[in-house]
Amino acid sequence: MAMPESACASAPTPATLAPQTEAELSAQVAQCHASARALEIAGGGTRTRRAAVPAATQLTTSAISGVVAYEPGELTLIARAGTPLDQIEQLLAAQGQALAFEPMDHRVLLGSNGTPTLGGMVAANISGPRRLQAGACRDHLLGVRFVDGRGRVIKNGGRVMKNVTGMDLAKLMCGANGTLGILTEVALKALPMAESQQTLAFAGVTPDAAVGIFSAALATPFEVSGAAFHDGTAWLRIEGLTRQVAYRRERLSALLRDHAIEIVDETASRQLWRDLRDVRHFAGSDAAVWRIHVKPTDAPAVLKALDMLGGQASLDWGGGLIWYAGNAAAAAVRQAAGAGVAVPVRPAPGTDLPPHPPQAPGVAALTAAIRRTFDPAGILNPGQMGS
Amino acid sequence: MSTIAMPAPDATIIARKPQIVAALLAALPADTVISDPEETRAYECDALTAYRCPPLAVVLPRTTDEVATAMRICHDMKVPVIPRGAGTSLAGGALPTADSVVIGTMRLREFLEIDTANRFIRVQTGVTNLSVSAELEPEGFFYAPDPSSQLACTIAGNIGMNSGGAHCLKYGVTTNNLLGVRMVLATGEIVELGGPHPGGTDLDLLGLICGSEGQLAIVTEATLRILPRPEGARPMLIGFDDAEVAGECVARIIRSGLIPVAIEYMDDVCLRAVESFAKAGYPDCTAVLIVEVEGSEAEIADQIERIHAIASELNPVEFRSSRNEAESLAIWKGRKAAFGAMGRLGDYLCLDGTVPVSKLPYTLRRIGEMSKEYGLEVANVFHAGDGNMHPLILFDANRPGDLERAEAFGAEILKLCVDVGGCLTGEHGVGIEKRDLMTSQYAPDDMAIQMEIKDVFDPGWLLNPAKVFPLAASEPYRARAAQR
Repeated sequence: MAMPESACASAPTPATLAPQTEAELSAQVAQCHASARALEIAGGGTRTRRAAVPAATQLTTSAISGVVAYEPGELTLIARAGTPLDQIEQLLAAQGQALAFEPMDHRVLLGSNGTPTLGGMVAANISGPRRLQAGACRDHLLGVRFVDGRGRVIKNGGRVMKNVTGMDLAKLMCGANGTLGILTEVALKALPMAESQQTLAFAGVTPDAAVGIFSAALATPFEVSGAAFHDGTAWLRIEGLTRQVAYRRERLSALLRDHAIEIVDETASRQLWRDLRDVRHFAGSDAAVWRIHVKPTDAPAVLKALDMLGGQASLDWGGGLIWYAGNAAAAAVRQAAGAGVAVPVRPAPGTDLPPHPPQAPGVAALTAAIRRTFDPAGILNPGQMGS
Repeated sequence: MSTIAMPAPDATIIARKPQIVAALLAALPADTVISDPEETRAYECDALTAYRCPPLAVVLPRTTDEVATAMRICHDMKVPVIPRGAGTSLAGGALPTADSVVIGTMRLREFLEIDTANRFIRVQTGVTNLSVSAELEPEGFFYAPDPSSQLACTIAGNIGMNSGGAHCLKYGVTTNNLLGVRMVLATGEIVELGGPHPGGTDLDLLGLICGSEGQLAIVTEATLRILPRPEGARPMLIGFDDAEVAGECVARIIRSGLIPVAIEYMDDVCLRAVESFAKAGYPDCTAVLIVEVEGSEAEIADQIERIHAIASELNPVEFRSSRNEAESLAIWKGRKAAFGAMGRLGDYLCLDGTVPVSKLPYTLRRIGEMSKEYGLEVANVFHAGDGNMHPLILFDANRPGDLERAEAFGAEILKLCVDVGGCLTGEHGVGIEKRDLMTSQYAPDDMAIQMEIKDVFDPGWLLNPAKVFPLAASEPYRARAAQR
């Protein structure tokens, strides 16, 4: 496979690689592996990243694009990694289907440009409010093709919903942020869009009361598909067939009748959850933003600790995800998070994104050894995960 | 003689049996170590009973620390370890070798924590699948994956094989319901992954462990996602005179936006066997679908009405929806009795390939043609909503050559599944059964990277030997491991 002279091995200054095909990508990575040339991998470039190592070569997968197959009757979509996410969402919507894990559009919160891609979404396991009920991106990922750090083209999983043939590397790739390989094609499960939705809004509640509402509602069989809190208001989203939504609304309202409840109807509900998904409420400020993963019932105490640091916080996933916007030092945020895990999303102005949280020694050792296995020369997004 | 080869056991390890047993007994309670050949025979096979081999010894620990001790001793003495749950694997996933120590999880039976406010349960992994839901019943919750062996199979085995079940069309399989594990590596090191709150980790090692078939670690504790029990569930039975039309009905239901909790399919061979065995009152036709929906009475009625409308366009020979508990049981009776009914017809091999739903009719037709070529009857009973087929190949174990012919036929069916875009195994795992077929689904590099991951977790290649990877493909890795 031919590649530009300046692409990698002999280039004195960083070049940008934009392979058109998987085969071309494979050849380029093999050369970079041979010369230990670091690559900074981008999909649509919409998310904030840690600064790459100096002289890293930019590589974008945006040209490896296009839908390979979409079978609405099988709930299966296969597309190349560079395919714009909005193209996929439109394609599915035309058949009344969607990616049920509701991936966030980071452009809102980060004020970034660019086009979110399917590969970037999978590489970062981007999952929105409905993760609570439907699972994360990794739960909807059926198969992957990727190029590893030696340039080998590897496939794993497939296009069917049940597949236990060999090890599950698709999950490993999902959330690895490009450090194990560069995705070229992904197969995802699509699900029918709910026929109808409504939201129950509870105004004037404390974080404690909000998490209490979430735990009560999520112990019912009414398939609550969103449970979020911001600025004194808690929201519960119910979705389903039209009659189902009406029934579930009545039952949940009765269960939570100690609170004043306002119903947010169809269109307004959709907009509300789109904004919550994109964390629009923390857009436009110049504070650093963190995601903090906690046990839901720990969330109120963590919010109190964060409050002492200044800034603002909101909840998603029934309390299991805290969004924190504030300029406290990373160590202070991690301390406030307690047993939770704080992941940086947006840096404070003029600073670099803090590293990913440290892991327990045994897990860190396995993680590092797997990275070396996939990428012996350490060329794939070095430094991205703080390792 | 059956056709799947196992490597020759290491005679030097077998010769060291007294020392190995002594080391285990010195470090563990006496009643956890079994070495009498009369007793180790009970562990010579799993549910793939055509293959048997008693292990050197069996260890049945009660704590994670005891598992770690046993693993460390085996590691230091370079003895292969066979992780075992309840031994219900249909793929030979727990088949011992003569030079191995079985480490079973069946005495790890504690329920450690139930937290309904945070929607998880933490258990030792020797508890059975069904007992987890039973434990949760007073709280109004359940654990969703429901493999048909759920009365016996353990959570450890479910995690090892990433087990599914009839209801995973809606709720997903084990990996989608697993939040965290405590596990023991080959060295005896104890590592914890995940926990009650998902997200925020670096690499998704939990996703890698689930379904790794005992190649990487032994999981001793698990944190499982739990769900509130649905208000009610009701099945309906739809009979068709044409297999392809039944397949079309499945696709139309899914395209309509409904996700039933289960869509089960039974073909005519299976229906006849079931009728004579269980007298479930199924119609005499080519294909029966059992579709189950959940919700309140009104929600169920709404969904049944919609499915009735979809099915009616396809002229079913029968459409019967349950009106009460007794009718629900009657509809499920035949499906649940299917494997027992087939057993009455003789010996059978149960396959587990998955195909894209749109390829179901073609695949069924091809299996029918191959059945004639091989002169062996096949019954089909499977989870149609997700394309996970379970062709049962009937044979007579007492007739020389029949098992080999059935295995060859099974291999052809699984290759067909791969050829139409599916996979070798949807929920049973590779084990030894599909080990040598892996090359039909995976190219050399696809398998190499999986074996390189095994190198990371188990550099001595001691865990669950001769499973998952074809022996020829794993030979260089095992040779290198032997030098370590």
